[in-house]
Amino acid sequence: MLRILRDFSKRMLRSLFGKKESIKIGFYGPPNAGKTSLANRICKDWTGEDIGVVSRVPHETRHVQFKEKVEIKHKGKSLIFKLIDTPGIATKIDYENFLHYGIKKGEAKKRAKEATQGIIESIQWLDDMNAVVIVLDASENPYSQVNITIIGNLVARKIPVLIVANKIDLKKAEVKKVESAFPEYDVIGISAKEGINIEEFYEALFRLAKKV
Amino acid sequence: MKYKKLRGLSLQVIPFTEIEKLSISERVKKVLNLVLSNKIVIIHGRLRAEEEARLIEDTMALVDHVKNFKGIELAVIEPDLKDKGVFEKFKHGLAKRLVGDSEALTVVGPSSIVKEIKRDPRKIELFLS
Repeated sequence: MLRILRDFSKRMLRSLFGKKESIKIGFYGPPNAGKTSLANRICKDWTGEDIGVVSRVPHETRHVQFKEKVEIKHKGKSLIFKLIDTPGIATKIDYENFLHYGIKKGEAKKRAKEATQGIIESIQWLDDMNAVVIVLDASENPYSQVNITIIGNLVARKIPVLIVANKIDLKKAEVKKVESAFPEYDVIGISAKEGINIEEFYEALFRLAKKV
Repeated sequence: MKYKKLRGLSLQVIPFTEIEKLSISERVKKVLNLVLSNKIVIIHGRLRAEEEARLIEDTMALVDHVKNFKGIELAVIEPDLKDKGVFEKFKHGLAKRLVGDSEALTVVGPSSIVKEIKRDPRKIELFLS
C-alpha cells in the first residue's frame, strides 16, 4: 500500500513539475547474450551513436559503459534514460577459451583478468539501477544459475525487471522456453542484431519505466 | 566402450544447520575453501540471492589470485511447487522462513572438475571434466 502511494506521488510530482529525470536502466545477463547489441540498437535509434563494441568473442564488454540522457519517444510519450551496459556475469573464466578465437596467450590472459574484474563491477552496480533489462540468448538453456541469481538479486532489491529473449533470428531460438522459465516476468523476444520486434521492446520498456 | 576413470572425486555435504548461523562472508568462505580443495560441495538448503552474488564476486577475485583456479559451477535444485495446492505452498513458505530453504539443494564445484551443471526444474545433471 505504502509503495503504491509512494509511486503515485512520484508520478504526480513528475507530471506536475514536468521534471524529467533520467531513468537508470541496466542491461544485465550472461556473456554473449547481446546486451551491447541491444544497447547499441537503442543508442543508434535515438542518439545516432553506439555505446560499445560488439564481438563474437565472449567478455568483449569488460567495463560498465553508459550513455547519458537518451530520450526515447514512443506513441506520443517521451522518457529520458541513462543506459548502463554491463559486462556479462559468469561463474568461471578460463583464458584458454579465448585462444579458440585466435587471441594470443598473453592477450587472452589479460582479457580473462579484465573479465573477472568486469563481473565484480557488474554485481556492484546492481544497487544503482532503477530498472533492469535482462538479456538472454533465446537459443541457450535459460535455466542457468547465473540468470536465476541475477533475477533473485533484483527481486531482493525491489528493482523492476524486463526479460529480453534475444537472437530470435537464430533457428535454435525458443522464446517459449524463456517464458516458461520465468513465468512471473514480462518476456519479449527480439533480435537486436536484425532489428526484429524492436517496437514491441520499446513498448515493454515504457511499461517497465512505469514501475520505477 | 572405454570409460575414463575418475580419480579423487570428493563430495562434501553441508547440512543447513552447519551454516545457518554463519555470516554471509563466513558462509561464502566456507564453500570456497572446500571448492579450492577440489571438492564438490552439496549444501542441504540454498544460499540467499545476495549470498550467491557474493559467491560469484569472491570466486572472481580468487580466479585473479589463485593459480589454476578458473571458477565454479553452481546450481540450485528446488522442489517444484507449480502444481501444488495453496496449503502445500504455504507450508513450504513457512518452513522456508523458519529454517531456511532446507528443501533445496545447492551444488557448487570447481569448474576444473565440474564442466557443466545442466539444470531444469526437476533434475540436475553434472558433467565432469
